[in-house]
Amino acid sequence: MVGRVWQVTRVVVDVMPKPEILDPQGQAIARALPDLGFDTVTSVRQGKRFEIEIADGADAREIASRAAEAVLANPVIEDFTIHIED
Amino acid sequence: MSATTTIGVVTFPGSLDDHDAIRAVRAVGVEAVPLWHGDAALHGVDAVILPGGFSYGDYLRGGAIARFSPVVGSVVAAARSGLPVLGICNGFQVLCEAQLLPGALVRNAGLRFVCRDQVLTVENTSTRWTSDYSPGEEILVPVKHGEGRYVADAATVEQLEAEGLVVFRYAGGNPNGALHDIAGITNSAGNVVGLMPHPEHAIDTLTGPSADGLPMFTSVVAAMVSA
Repeated sequence: MVGRVWQVTRVVVDVMPKPEILDPQGQAIARALPDLGFDTVTSVRQGKRFEIEIADGADAREIASRAAEAVLANPVIEDFTIHIED
Repeated sequence: MSATTTIGVVTFPGSLDDHDAIRAVRAVGVEAVPLWHGDAALHGVDAVILPGGFSYGDYLRGGAIARFSPVVGSVVAAARSGLPVLGICNGFQVLCEAQLLPGALVRNAGLRFVCRDQVLTVENTSTRWTSDYSPGEEILVPVKHGEGRYVADAATVEQLEAEGLVVFRYAGGNPNGALHDIAGITNSAGNVVGLMPHPEHAIDTLTGPSADGLPMFTSVVAAMVSA
């Protein structure tokens, strides 16, 4: 491996329930926030954030996207977005 | 087909109700074969049960990791060739994650884990697992889950209803907010059934609220014995 440089790309995959899916956890949080003084919050939806390090620079986004579609997100109920950290 | 009918029951890390499923199979006089999640061989069983519990701690999503087990790969292939497969609770979640059944199971609408005896109506008695019931029969079976709300897009729900693929429906109250009170569904071929309630916990009145779960285990072997 002499001369090989491993580039680590940090990718963030955010997974959120699809808009049409009832999110009772988010609703519970939204109900609680006003009592804590956040009385202008009208809606909360809760999702998941995956921070992934990929030892590949060129195809990191494509790899993360395939992982998201295959396992990180359930396409029946969830959408995902990907961004690469600088 | 082997001389002795056997039903396989899978154990995943975190499965809880595998032993009760085995007990239910034996209660109807059938040999139960424990199947290990890491073993891709189905050992010639005539049907497979994916039991309830918390496989992989429900990490990521219930059933999301178990779905990638070697045994599930074999079960999916066999199911597509007609092998009867029953997914109970977490097993139903695995079947949906593996896309052997449409839709998904998500967090109960009321956010609480519900553990109670639940009335169900049996709406489809043409599946491999429900032929010993009468259409419209009401049964009493325990439910115990925190993520049992069945959801699917509108077109899928419409198709399930139009094609009579809803097998069990909650009656007298919906424990989790499932769309259309759907408690269990089947695929078009009727060999794959998933349900959130636990028929293996309703096989005798000593240990359960009724023996209404027994016909699920007699149904699947009825066709085999007569073949």
